[in-house]
Amino acid sequence: MDYVPHTPGEQKEMLKVIGVGDLEDLFADIPAKYRLGGLLNLPPPLSEQEIWEHMGRLAARNRLPGATLTGAGAYHHYIPAVVSHVVGRSEFYTAYTPYQAEISQGILQAIYEYQTMITRLTGTQVANASMYDGATAMAEAAVLSAKSLGRSRLLVGRSVHPEYRKVVGTYAWANGYACEEIPFGATGRLEQAALRELLDDKTAAVLVQSPNFFGVIEDIGPLADLAHSRGALLVAGFTDPTSLGILKAPGDSGADFVVGEGQSFGNPMNYGGPYLGILASTEAFMRKIPGRLVGATVDREGRRGYVLTLQTREQHIRREKATSNICSNEALCMLAAAVYLACLGKNLKRLAALNVWKANYLKEALSALPGWRPLFTGPVYNEFAMSCPDAGAANRRLEKAGFTGGYDLSKDYPELGGGILFCATEMLRREDMDKAVSLLK
Amino acid sequence: MELIFEKSRPGRAAGTVPASDVPETALERLIGPELLRDTLNLPELAEVDIVRHYTRLSRRNFGVDVGFYPLGSCTMKYNPKINERVAGLDGFTALHPYAPEAFVQGNLQLLYELAGYLSEICGMADFTLQPAAGAHGELTGVMIIKKHFERKGQRRSTILIPDTAHGTNPASVALCGFQVATVRSDAEGGVDVGHLRELMTKDVAGLMLTNPNTLGLFERNIEEVAHIVHRKGGLLYCDGANANALVGVTRPGDLGFDIIQLNLHKTFSTPHGCGGPGSGPVGVKRHLVPFLPVPRVVKRGRRYRWSEDFPHSIGRVRSFYGNFNVMVKAYAYIRSIGAAGMRRVSENAVLNANYIKERLRGHYQLAYDRTCMHECVFTGEKQLRESGVHTTDIAKRLLDYGYHPPTIYFPLIVREAIMIEPTETESKETLDEFCEAMISIAREARENPDLVRSAPLTTPVRRLDDVLAARKPDVCWTVCQGE
Ligand SMILES: Cc1ncc(COP(=O)(O)O)c(C=O)c1O
Repeated sequence: MDYVPHTPGEQKEMLKVIGVGDLEDLFADIPAKYRLGGLLNLPPPLSEQEIWEHMGRLAARNRLPGATLTGAGAYHHYIPAVVSHVVGRSEFYTAYTPYQAEISQGILQAIYEYQTMITRLTGTQVANASMYDGATAMAEAAVLSAKSLGRSRLLVGRSVHPEYRKVVGTYAWANGYACEEIPFGATGRLEQAALRELLDDKTAAVLVQSPNFFGVIEDIGPLADLAHSRGALLVAGFTDPTSLGILKAPGDSGADFVVGEGQSFGNPMNYGGPYLGILASTEAFMRKIPGRLVGATVDREGRRGYVLTLQTREQHIRREKATSNICSNEALCMLAAAVYLACLGKNLKRLAALNVWKANYLKEALSALPGWRPLFTGPVYNEFAMSCPDAGAANRRLEKAGFTGGYDLSKDYPELGGGILFCATEMLRREDMDKAVSLLK
Repeated sequence: MELIFEKSRPGRAAGTVPASDVPETALERLIGPELLRDTLNLPELAEVDIVRHYTRLSRRNFGVDVGFYPLGSCTMKYNPKINERVAGLDGFTALHPYAPEAFVQGNLQLLYELAGYLSEICGMADFTLQPAAGAHGELTGVMIIKKHFERKGQRRSTILIPDTAHGTNPASVALCGFQVATVRSDAEGGVDVGHLRELMTKDVAGLMLTNPNTLGLFERNIEEVAHIVHRKGGLLYCDGANANALVGVTRPGDLGFDIIQLNLHKTFSTPHGCGGPGSGPVGVKRHLVPFLPVPRVVKRGRRYRWSEDFPHSIGRVRSFYGNFNVMVKAYAYIRSIGAAGMRRVSENAVLNANYIKERLRGHYQLAYDRTCMHECVFTGEKQLRESGVHTTDIAKRLLDYGYHPPTIYFPLIVREAIMIEPTETESKETLDEFCEAMISIAREARENPDLVRSAPLTTPVRRLDDVLAARKPDVCWTVCQGE
């Protein structure tokens, strides 16, 4: 099947208006030898019913886990029915970027409200209308820091998500910046003394994450003070943004940029995407931050309305001098986040607390197993790292029982001598945790 | 309309949180009071308030399902509903990106096959699906160019870009530490081959070309252009955002391009969601495959798995694997229409654009009078000269007629540009009605220019003050709500 409405008769009429004999004539500018003689080598077209069946079979080749014990940058949370209802309205999902404000007030106001919610949660003054994901949000904040300070060195916490570190590394390589790692200590937090040593006058930004990749909550204030003492900026990431329901806002601790993955706010795990890059900053960067910003204004009759604003930062005006090349973002994921936060409201605090309680319950239960102990002593949110006799074997047991197990730390952190990262959100029932623990006995 | 914060009432709540089935220890004990926040300032509403709020907002938003959306260079075609339905299957949405490979064989098969289909469609050796949007794909492509020369031990500092290019092209190049040099367009709207030859030195890493370009024109001299770039050892990059004119008709790889990014949210009909998510896969010729981002899906026998074992890769450009759920929709789309459907897409997209071009040519001035591809570009200069009506005014008047306006003021080399891209999913009736509206506006501009300049008259708000928004930025609502 296809989605072209033309009848052969209509095609002929149109060709006549154009003044050509047949469709092929419209492609006369393409040198004949480059025009495909036959058809592409693709599987035969399917009817709608066949697509439904085929895609169903593909999806069924996947195995849905009985419970998910993995976090590590993507989190299994409950999504209120209202979220998918709103995001499923085609006035939103079939629209383009709101260039024509008069017929896009819906999404523009929703973005303005989202910007407000994010600044409140993160303790900042400006939030953009989204980046691709948490990793690119962090990388772009790093590049922007370097560009605005004219410095070329980045210090990245080793407790930052390994994939985020890699993405920052790729962007840094492309720009010719140096990237070095700040070590962590026995608490699982970054070593302040080591950071003090590493900092110099070329350092543009210190990149940290709290909760960090091990689930440990960093104390951002002293890290920000250290960075600022050498004129560098602090980029504070987070793992799961639901933690902001209880944790002190990073902006209030001195972070210049707050970045991270917003998937937890109303977006399914979707095997890794689409996700939502959150990027917020102090007012000082309002005219520099990447991506779109919505501002309130008035119309000709004095009514309140919203427009894309401060666009001179953007690629379509400043071209190679733009602060970023981002154009399409993750607006629909952002809408989901806004609706999610509206649904949760102040209950986000209770949800966050539930995550802490569940994670601590599982952590304690696992700690009682022979050969198992927490790797770090710092306080955790909904994830925690354990040392155990054999992480691979542990995961195989969990998988056999249909669970998605923990994140094996050995590939990214050989210095930990094995280790596994577990996550417990509100979706993990006590009986599943008990079952997991008994499987690991 | 009231803001959601203004509708908030202390003590109201929608989403409830389940009771805890584990001990509830005080957070101060588990975490430490100094790390905890004392206020959480989010709106408080009942579920019905939230649903009505966003439903009302949606009614103030124009999407493809609402009406014709001929936004040039954005390919706002109809988005088949079956794609949404299959992408919503639990088997696709509910999996964690680190789920064991044994749990996700369906996903991996889909990714592997999709990369294969895109390679076939573009004439490339392989594709990465990791980039999250077109511009992200451009960035990835330029990184691949950088890596290619790094491996060869060559320092090349510049990338050439035509003056018609989308702004993301120069921005992507600059983000990779290259200089941008601008190639002029010739009188026919193509690359000025003489200027290209002059600029193409051993210091130039390559040319980034949109084909068809943003004037909707095919680069007739593509063979010579490729030759000039390749002879000096440069690489030819294709911004494939306009592939809707080519699929099934010709392949960028065969035309001499070494690298291409596709915008799945355009050609492959994955809805754009008010600005995203998109997906910007990047395809390369054989000699550049080693530089693609990691991880990549590999197939052993009937099993699929992720591999990071590509030592020359540029690394990662995004977490996980890209916008997977967008790819599900693109995959379903390709499987629905097949090879013959692909060709029908291009043929009818080009047919529609040329039809509009012919119907409007007596009323608006064409920027370049040539057969166009998937979009046609007019200039509103005649209207401006004769009645002082700007292209913006024409666009705003179209709102009153119930259409989303075309792209305006782009490409930058056309003054008062009006860029119309109808796409293949629009019927002749729709195009005729749209043309009638455009013709009426041309008449209004002559007879009653004040009417056009005061448009729109029928939208929920009228023209908004952009200058005020930029001069006194108000980007978040700061009225204190109390706790
Ligand atoms: C010609 C062209 N190139 C690149 C892009 C950038 O794509 P994206 O918005 O997906 O980043 C666009 C669309 O905005 C485009 O029209």
